[in-house]
Amino acid sequence: MSKTFSIGGIHPKDSKFSKDKPIEEFPVPKRVVISMNQHLGMPAVPVVKKGDTVKVGQLIAEPAGFVSAPVHASVSGTVADVAPYPDFLGKKVLSVVIDTAGDEWLETIDRTHEIKHEITATPQEIFKIISDSGIVGLGGAAFPTHVKLTPLEGMKAEYLILNGAECEPYLTSDYRLMTEHAQEILIGGEMMRRVLGDVAGIIGIEENKPKAIEIMKKLTSNYLQWEVVPLKKRYPQGGEKQLIDAVLGRKVPSFSLPISTGAVVQNVGTAYAVYEAVQKRKPLITNVLTISSSDPSIQKNYRFRVGTPIREFLSAAGAMDKEGNLSRAFAKVVNGGPMMGKPVSNLDGPVMKSTSGFVLFTSKETKRQEPGECIRCSKCFQACPMRLQPYLLYQLALAGRTEELDENRVFDCIECGCCLYSCPAHIPLLDQIRLAKNVSLKNKRKK
Amino acid sequence: MDKLLISPAPHLHSKDSTRRIMRDVIIALMPSVLVSVYFAGLSALLVLVVSVAGCVLTEHLIVRYLMKKKTTVSDLSAIVTGLLLALNLPVSSPWWMVLIGCVVAIGIAKMTFGGLGHNLFNPALVARVFLLISFPVQMTNWTISNSIFRPDRWELPKGLLGAQGQLMDASSGATPLGIIKEGLANGMTMETLSQQHDFSYWHMLFGHIDGSMGEASVLAILAGLLYLLFRKVIRPVIPLSIVITVALFSGILWMVDPSQYADPLFHLLTGGLLLGAVFMATDYTTSPMSPLGMIIFGIGIGLVTMVIRVWGAYPEGVSFAILFMNALVPLLNKIKPFPYQKEVSRG
Repeated sequence: MSKTFSIGGIHPKDSKFSKDKPIEEFPVPKRVVISMNQHLGMPAVPVVKKGDTVKVGQLIAEPAGFVSAPVHASVSGTVADVAPYPDFLGKKVLSVVIDTAGDEWLETIDRTHEIKHEITATPQEIFKIISDSGIVGLGGAAFPTHVKLTPLEGMKAEYLILNGAECEPYLTSDYRLMTEHAQEILIGGEMMRRVLGDVAGIIGIEENKPKAIEIMKKLTSNYLQWEVVPLKKRYPQGGEKQLIDAVLGRKVPSFSLPISTGAVVQNVGTAYAVYEAVQKRKPLITNVLTISSSDPSIQKNYRFRVGTPIREFLSAAGAMDKEGNLSRAFAKVVNGGPMMGKPVSNLDGPVMKSTSGFVLFTSKETKRQEPGECIRCSKCFQACPMRLQPYLLYQLALAGRTEELDENRVFDCIECGCCLYSCPAHIPLLDQIRLAKNVSLKNKRKK
Repeated sequence: MDKLLISPAPHLHSKDSTRRIMRDVIIALMPSVLVSVYFAGLSALLVLVVSVAGCVLTEHLIVRYLMKKKTTVSDLSAIVTGLLLALNLPVSSPWWMVLIGCVVAIGIAKMTFGGLGHNLFNPALVARVFLLISFPVQMTNWTISNSIFRPDRWELPKGLLGAQGQLMDASSGATPLGIIKEGLANGMTMETLSQQHDFSYWHMLFGHIDGSMGEASVLAILAGLLYLLFRKVIRPVIPLSIVITVALFSGILWMVDPSQYADPLFHLLTGGLLLGAVFMATDYTTSPMSPLGMIIFGIGIGLVTMVIRVWGAYPEGVSFAILFMNALVPLLNKIKPFPYQKEVSRG
């Protein structure tokens, strides 16, 4: 019996069309826009100015505190601008713009593909390199990795869980990494395991990726401290709280961090980035993304440079018309997976460290139906992995009853979208709950 | 310019819809519908057609001309109400009585509360109880059904010929629950009653016993239940808690005095218990939303049903029990689910 989390969840069609497409090296773009706000926490502070020349891998921004991360140049060339530029949502964020000239890397970076097995760095050194390399969680939240590896006072890590669930439909970047770079992921994971103080290592992978499970199982047979845990396919298994529940049977209490259960969760992509940083001295300047849609010709996996405009991927994949605009066949571009990804409103916005993919939808695939009357079927309640009552939260949110929203644990909501996905009446449950959360958060900040 | 659609996540939907759920319920009701038509022929068909047409028409007219909105009959919920109402009526119901039932069910029990999703009580049951009180004679005129499963009628699958031909001379009988209620009240024992009346559980399973159209065949109801569970339209919580409560309650009484109380199987197979437990008590709108609420709801229905059956004035109490518990649903919905994980106390 494979494991899974105990409450709620849904089974969307996995649509992993691009799972057998090897990772392609995406061409170096002519210009990159590197955002200073690619992680949770304080935005990084630029240390280069207009006119500076930079090499690939060179530090261009320093962290603005502990919960922050440095940023490095993903191309070589001249800094064209240091100013606010619109991101994929059209929101302006401070960015460093670099006009590419050649592809000149820092000499310290080992660019060979040879796998470096031997770990010579001490845990302290590993920690320092992780924090200096700008590594953030690549599962989506982009939380600075070194912060997660720092135990809170009075709490002790017992497990490091590598998240290979990739429960979002369409996305296959983690899967490709696990099949093409399993050994590197394991070395990266092993290093983080040592940083945490020799804890037990677990890799959780959903059963719809049998090849990844097989490869990882074979490799971990040499590592006594590591175990592969196959998981039943179920969304949102890749959610941190759900994964800990699935793997360890422990639940993260409200308003607590996952470490309170003794578990630290890191994405497999993050483990790969840690490997590259420590063994190859390469900071986080590249990552893998999936471009997918129901059109078989537009299903790819690319290794990209941070800061490449989104448009270039879509155009390379063949999703653009003659004028260079998005083909009329598609109505929506989603940054991330279809369950939690955000809709792209600016195709000239750059990709970030933690970008996992773009899914293109036709209007038919993603059209929302007219909402009907709630028939009180409680399917939203049954689907909610946090055991909330979405129908109730929706009504309280509409009525603006903030205190009751808090009493009904609205802040436990992880915005996974299971409620809206399941609602037979197509009621915009999550939209309203999300709105209420934001309003309430703002009010709290004011106080 | 790129033409981009902006709407928040999730960007996919399960494709589940109110209409699909209603269609599944209609499909689940088909075995009961077919069995009733098979056993009682055209008269059953007449009740079914009048009831469904009456409910759909009532809803359409009210929404279109009274509320002046776009008609809602395409969600198929009126058809479900129509079918359930018909299955809760005797085969011999006159058409005008069925029509009155439709107007009460849709007009009063459903639309006055605001329509689908807003009604407090199960519309079909409100109509049934309304008719039971208003037309007691017609509502308890149980024509003996003509079962092909009775060995003496094997060669006569005349069900399709209908009540007109075969059942005209059949005397109107009483339901098994009615028989024991009257018999026990007159000082008879269960033993003599079952000797006189031949309560065959086998017949109850297939569709011999007399009663409302949908009560007749337990197997048909169970087939519908399996379909609903398979399609995940309902969960088994409510039907199970009703059935277990009734079995325990009647079992205890039966063990105390088998001559005065019927056995649990008798109570489970007779009357509208299973029809109510599977199709009426599981109605989304009029049942609780949390698992604990559902269990309390089911236990309540089981208890009230048994109290009415054993000590009440009516031989059967499922309808009353469900309506009674319907009234408590807003209260049961106040039960908070167990939190995901309580926050750890600090300090």
